[in-house]
Amino acid sequence: MQSRAVWPLLALAVILIVDGIISPNFYDIRIVEGRLFGNLIDILYRAVPTALVALGMAVVIGTKGIDLSVGSIAAISGAIIAWRIQAGDPHGLVLVWALAAAAVCGAWNGALVAGLGIQPIIATLILMVSGRGIGMMVNLFYGGTDPSFQSAFLQGLSTGSVLYVPTRLFVFTGLFLLLWVLIRRTALGLFVEATGGNAAASNIAGVNARLIAFVAYVICGLMAGWAGVILTADTHTSDPVSVALYIELDAILAVVIGGGSLAGGRIYLGMTVIGALVIQTLTTSILISGLPPEYNLIIKALVVLFVLVLQSDKARQGIAAALWRRVRQ
Amino acid sequence: MSALLNKKYLPFYATVLVFVAIFLIGGATYRNFLSMRVLGNILADNSFIIIAATGATFVILSGGIDLSIGSMIGFVGVSVAVLDSLGWDPLSSAILMLIFGFAFGAFQGWVIDSLDIQPFIITLAGLFLLRGLCFMVTVNAVPITHEWADLYSDIRIRLPGKGLLRSSAMVMLASLAVAIFIAHFTRFGTNVYAIGGDRESARLMGVNIRRTTVMVYAVAGFYSALAGVVYALYTKSGYPLAGNTLELSAIASVVLGGTLLTGGVGMVAGTLFGGMILGLISTLIIFNGSLNSAWILISSGVLLFGFIVLHRFLVSSFDIGNGR
Repeated sequence: MQSRAVWPLLALAVILIVDGIISPNFYDIRIVEGRLFGNLIDILYRAVPTALVALGMAVVIGTKGIDLSVGSIAAISGAIIAWRIQAGDPHGLVLVWALAAAAVCGAWNGALVAGLGIQPIIATLILMVSGRGIGMMVNLFYGGTDPSFQSAFLQGLSTGSVLYVPTRLFVFTGLFLLLWVLIRRTALGLFVEATGGNAAASNIAGVNARLIAFVAYVICGLMAGWAGVILTADTHTSDPVSVALYIELDAILAVVIGGGSLAGGRIYLGMTVIGALVIQTLTTSILISGLPPEYNLIIKALVVLFVLVLQSDKARQGIAAALWRRVRQ
Repeated sequence: MSALLNKKYLPFYATVLVFVAIFLIGGATYRNFLSMRVLGNILADNSFIIIAATGATFVILSGGIDLSIGSMIGFVGVSVAVLDSLGWDPLSSAILMLIFGFAFGAFQGWVIDSLDIQPFIITLAGLFLLRGLCFMVTVNAVPITHEWADLYSDIRIRLPGKGLLRSSAMVMLASLAVAIFIAHFTRFGTNVYAIGGDRESARLMGVNIRRTTVMVYAVAGFYSALAGVVYALYTKSGYPLAGNTLELSAIASVVLGGTLLTGGVGMVAGTLFGGMILGLISTLIIFNGSLNSAWILISSGVLLFGFIVLHRFLVSSFDIGNGR
């Protein structure tokens, strides 16, 4: 196993072991009403939206970019769902509309970054600021004072279960495999990493760096759209103001914890999922540990700092040098 | 004269022009809009955002970013309020919190430079940490009852035409003047522009990168804390969720003010107009009455888009940026 995979997995293992000590029946998994129940299942279940967004983010970060607008894209796709269901579209088509809207959002970001050459953090700030407003406008547009809906199909995707396992885990696994094949079994991943590593050099080598960056933002938009579908179907209502709030921060953290560098050039899909699991396990652990939920953010911040310090080459060298001096004395 | 026409200042002129244009459009559409009273209110209502954005301007000029602004405002606000309920006077607690803001910012800057981790991630951890501390201090809204808080809100200067310059606006203008001095007339200010323009060249020219980076984030932390104090005294209360997502408004104000997020190019005075433009938009939409708050978000986004594209073309056609 490569050394970079050690730290996040170690962090996850430590948190899980501490959980087992705090709460002895932490690992119990039962079957209630035809589906699996238990803390471990709950962590997987709740991690899905963040993990989906984080996977798209990993691809964008691979191009040396960043996408701040993922929460807004999730809000827009949620608003589209409520609108098209109330308009009476078949629910499969509603899903297509929501994802199409998300892809358009991703294409907008991609056009700004790859087309106009605007710095990614600013380019995606535009949609981040205005996207939730667009979601609110969609809710108002069809005169819907109540943007709630009922859809057995979409709610089944989000909160249902198949063969005892929550359906959204199958959705996630499917999307993960699709993305993995796209990145690792076609040349796309290589091109993305080349673009992120050195855009000018890869352009000279014949890689269309702009097109690759554009595609990366569309992929990220689509993944954020899926997160919006899962979250919106969960609450049966479109809530552009607060759905997926701060998900961009958690997603970027997941990528960084998974070993991805914001300097670009690398995509670690599997480790990104581990990063998302670290964040969700931490949140769940604080909840079940009986600590007041106020501690949640502080502990999260400290763990993030700890993982970052471990990953920083400079810090590791410094600590190693200090330890070595002590040993020699 | 030729110095005034320097291409570097074009984004700044564009910002002032847009501000005047929006103000005139408001004046043409609504009676009483074009008045010192509205201007005074916009200055006071947005004073804390502009103060925080002034500090953020230094960070952005240096090529970094600070996401911890909103949480710092929230934390300082609840701390001042809780210290007030413990019998502290607002001045002592304000001084304590300003020192805290400076020290916290300096720590963030030190971690960024010494561990070589992106500012985005470190200040994100700062965002979580400070917001968590808010909830540790209190989970309730706490009123500020000290008589000095009333004294603070009573200080005001009459402007011609029924306008009022409130104390918050005065603090904002004073802190802005100090920031303009620091940015344009001190060695530290020049160093900030230098490392934002080209870090490696700055290092080779003898700029102390470590000290400058630490100071940049310390100044930003100080200004965020000052924004928190002004916010707490203006609303006479502390609330643990106060200032949520305010870092975005601050960054947007800086960008609208003509500072390039790539670093090295911009003017501190521009941030005042950037923040005022955001304030004008909300005021216009409130004056209209029938428009929904979604319009505030969308029109801010459209303006941001316009400015960013403008900057992009200015950079490529005049090469005032660092070529990125």
